[in-house]
Amino acid sequence: METTAVHGPGIITEEEPFVPGHRACSGCGEALAVRLAAKAIGNNAIIVNATGCMEVVASPFPYTSWRIPWIHTLFENTAAVASGIEAGLKAMEKKGLCSERNIKVVGMAGDGGTSDIGLQALSGAMERGHDFLYICLDNEAYMNTGIQRSSATPYGASTTTSPAGKESLGQMTWKKNLPAIAVAHDIPYVATACPSYHRDLMKKVTKALETPGPAYIHILSVCPTGWRCATDDTIKIGRLAVRTGVFPLYEVENGQYKISLNLPRLLPVKEYFSLQGRFRHLTDDTINMIQERVSREYSKLVEMASKSGEKATPEE
Amino acid sequence: MAKRVGLEVSIALADAVKLANADVVAAYPITPQTHIVEHLAELVANGELKASYIPVESEHSAMSACLGASAVGARTFTATASQGLELMHEVLYVASALRLPIVMAVANRALSAPISIWSDHSDVMAVRDTGWIQIFVENGQEAVDNVICGFHIGEDIRVLLPVMIHLDGFSLTHVIEPVILPEQSEVDRFLPLFKYPLPLDPGKPVTMGAFGPPFIYTEVKWAQEVNLEAAKEVILECWQKFGKTFGRHYSPVESYHSEGAKVLLMTMGSLSETAMVAVDKMRGEGKDVGLLKLRLWRPFPFAEFRQAVKDAEVLIVLDRALSFGGPGGPVCSEVKAALYHEAKKPKVIGFIGGLGGRDISMSGFEEMVNQGIEIAQTGSEREFEIFGVRE
Amino acid sequence: MAKTKVKSKARAEGELGWKELEIGCFITEPGNSSQFKTGDWRSRRPVLDLSKCNKCTLCYYYCPEGCIAKTPEGYFQADLFYCKGCGICATECPKDAITMVEEEK
Repeated sequence: METTAVHGPGIITEEEPFVPGHRACSGCGEALAVRLAAKAIGNNAIIVNATGCMEVVASPFPYTSWRIPWIHTLFENTAAVASGIEAGLKAMEKKGLCSERNIKVVGMAGDGGTSDIGLQALSGAMERGHDFLYICLDNEAYMNTGIQRSSATPYGASTTTSPAGKESLGQMTWKKNLPAIAVAHDIPYVATACPSYHRDLMKKVTKALETPGPAYIHILSVCPTGWRCATDDTIKIGRLAVRTGVFPLYEVENGQYKISLNLPRLLPVKEYFSLQGRFRHLTDDTINMIQERVSREYSKLVEMASKSGEKATPEE
Repeated sequence: MAKRVGLEVSIALADAVKLANADVVAAYPITPQTHIVEHLAELVANGELKASYIPVESEHSAMSACLGASAVGARTFTATASQGLELMHEVLYVASALRLPIVMAVANRALSAPISIWSDHSDVMAVRDTGWIQIFVENGQEAVDNVICGFHIGEDIRVLLPVMIHLDGFSLTHVIEPVILPEQSEVDRFLPLFKYPLPLDPGKPVTMGAFGPPFIYTEVKWAQEVNLEAAKEVILECWQKFGKTFGRHYSPVESYHSEGAKVLLMTMGSLSETAMVAVDKMRGEGKDVGLLKLRLWRPFPFAEFRQAVKDAEVLIVLDRALSFGGPGGPVCSEVKAALYHEAKKPKVIGFIGGLGGRDISMSGFEEMVNQGIEIAQTGSEREFEIFGVRE
Repeated sequence: MAKTKVKSKARAEGELGWKELEIGCFITEPGNSSQFKTGDWRSRRPVLDLSKCNKCTLCYYYCPEGCIAKTPEGYFQADLFYCKGCGICATECPKDAITMVEEEK
């Protein structure tokens, strides 16, 4: 696996295991997340992909955008298939059926395929302690099937199955905290990431792969199609998600929280919402309510991180 | 020298997996398969079986883990029954379509509701169309032998398909039978190392499970079907080789006292053993009855089956599963379909019996045969008969 | 970014027969999507003003297609065979060196 230089200007790695020619929408934040993660993963890896946007855009027969081994089977079993691959490689290497190749096993699934239908398999794989990395590509709805809500859809977002209307303000439940669920499984490495902070994302993928045992990375994937925003704004919106505290960047290593980007002052969530059509219907009251919760959650995060005593990178 | 021991069939089956030197075992417990996965866990814990044992959190994950393991080239095994087989239903199609030679023992058990832990073939019949090679065994020896053959057949480069070994839950899994366990060295000579041609390997990357638009889906499925049908020749070859090596011979359709028999009874699984005894008795009484035991369920052995029934006038088929609202017994309806175009064919009478663990005794089979003969003469209002139901 | 070397052009729709399929319909030509043109999707394209580019690499990183490659001189140019015209590079360029221009037609 290529080691990636973390600091300094210039290109970290020229590797592109995920190549162009894929059918992702123009401006797709998820495709970018996959591309960046793949660069950090390198060539000595096997990718397990759930059914979803990335699977469909990257493997329309007879084309594949993957230059490394890749398997897609079903929607909810990413972590289970990854478990089998990891166990198979381990057994074969132990029995001398193949040489020790230190192949990285990486599962990739969307928020639907992780938070909803795939949660059981993920939980099982984490509990069993397989040496693999699970990446949740979170575009906050079942985008591939047409923008239906998932348990990762944020409060107040309008989707096709949680549409805003006279009787509803869209999604009426709060986003399931998947990183916390991963932390609760006592795995050695959990992190959140966003392509807008590309070096941070790639550094975290590298770190996760170097950590023995299960690792979980939750990547916010801006979706212009589903979030109803301009394709130009993908990076900007991701940055706002982080800087408003809606999607803070942090790591949890062996239970110790560490904030990746210090935000002494959160930007107002309204700035984040204003660029997205899926929040267009929100009243000021609702936005204030969401703001209050976001601020509260962020303070909790800061408190958890301060217990570990490690200092975060100041805001760039 | 191979030993002949008294073993619970589940234990013997697990020992066969050990002899086959499986690399990965995915295990989720379900009655009546539990003794198989328990004994496998013991074998791994004792270092007798060098395998990764994955105690998965559901059967869906069990088969999914098997997909992954097989895809990197590991010899893979799992076992399940009933609800577990149904829970992994969608994964079964993927295993065969992606050509992954997983071997799975199915402890045949009735499907809920009502929940039943006892044996019948409803779980088997629900997975007919999944594209797996499916073999029925009726006793402990057959279970041991066919698990070993299962790996040989499935992993053959001309086949590369997953294999189910069906054995009746409780009535076979939990009985102690005399079994000859082959020597490890014999099995090592018989069973080649597994070399999957296109594994997931960074040295030679492949994309598995691409999405298939309409312009290609038909071709993919047809390629799969041609391959499954062609697998029959490889299965016969393997059984021949097994017979030469170990002295025990298997064939897709096995006849018992059926030479010149006008009436044939057809069974699958462990009830065949009882049926054999019933046939012995009826022959002793001068009745012209024989038994057909269908061993190879998928790919369906059309040629062998038609050959076996060509002289019969009446064929009585016992189904241990009921296809609701349809032609009754799944096996019987396939038998009828197989015979439809034949110029000369027996009258086929279908019985549903042995559901949910209800045993059929020797006298039960006698009664079934007599009823069948009568119906063949007088006809019936029904599409199929239900055996032994209390009004 | 180097375009993947491909040995044979992927067969067109409706041409492949069942006998020609790999087992399991596997795709054995890694990264062959690089043969597939997505550049005809766009309605505007990025134009780089070399005099303003400071080679910061942000456009290279932020392109979801990964189609922005380093030229021999060290600048970063979008490969128009793939560029879908999303405008991310133009928006993120700290030197405003990239402008999105409407495609004719």
